[in-house]
Amino acid sequence: MEKIYSNYQEQTEFNKVCPKTINFLLSYSQALYDIEYKDLRFETFLN
Amino acid sequence: MELQMEDSELVRDYISGDEKALEVLINRHNQRITSFIYSKVLDRDITEDIFQDTFIKVIKTLKKGTYSEEGKFLPWVMRISHNLIIDHFRKNKRMPKFEGSDDFNIFSVIGDDKLNAEKQIIKDQIDTDLRYLVEELPDDQKEVLVMRIYKDMSFKEISENTGVSINTALGRMRYALINLRKIIDKHNIVLTN
Repeated sequence: MEKIYSNYQEQTEFNKVCPKTINFLLSYSQALYDIEYKDLRFETFLN
Repeated sequence: MELQMEDSELVRDYISGDEKALEVLINRHNQRITSFIYSKVLDRDITEDIFQDTFIKVIKTLKKGTYSEEGKFLPWVMRISHNLIIDHFRKNKRMPKFEGSDDFNIFSVIGDDKLNAEKQIIKDQIDTDLRYLVEELPDDQKEVLVMRIYKDMSFKEISENTGVSINTALGRMRYALINLRKIIDKHNIVLTN
């Protein structure tokens, strides 16, 4: 286990985050709503 | 078609509800931002995390309507990621990560920055010896060195206080250090902890 999670990963170039991260962000964005009620603002997630 | 659109137009579209615009923005700047974060943290997983947190902040700000198009979109996003990188290093300093090894010593993780009693005594002795050595310097050099090292004054402040130019103060500091080294070498003094 220790080796799998080692800090010493390949010190190669890393140019782009994985599609999973991007998909998460897009889903997060779609679900997030900023609702205003009277003088209050709420962040809410709607699926 | 999309690639020709300016960032500002895409941001405007996204604020108006076009989710596709966000995808274009992320993909367009993915490489720049990822490379920037990775160049600082040198860890793929942490880079992914910081990238994600950066865009969560971007999304929240844009959805809240508090984003102002004063600067450009990319520099703004880079600034957010830069701040998150700093937060990451600060957090790591407070809570050092345990790197497992056979000769694990708990004090390597929970030890404080303070010197132990023996090292403190040695440090005090070195400080005292150094004070004696500084006394051996010519007055003009000693004055600058004391102001810089012990009083933590800038060279500008030293020049104002001593009535000499900054360059002269710098020169005196340089000679003070050279002379200190000479005295140390001449008397075979060891100043290490």
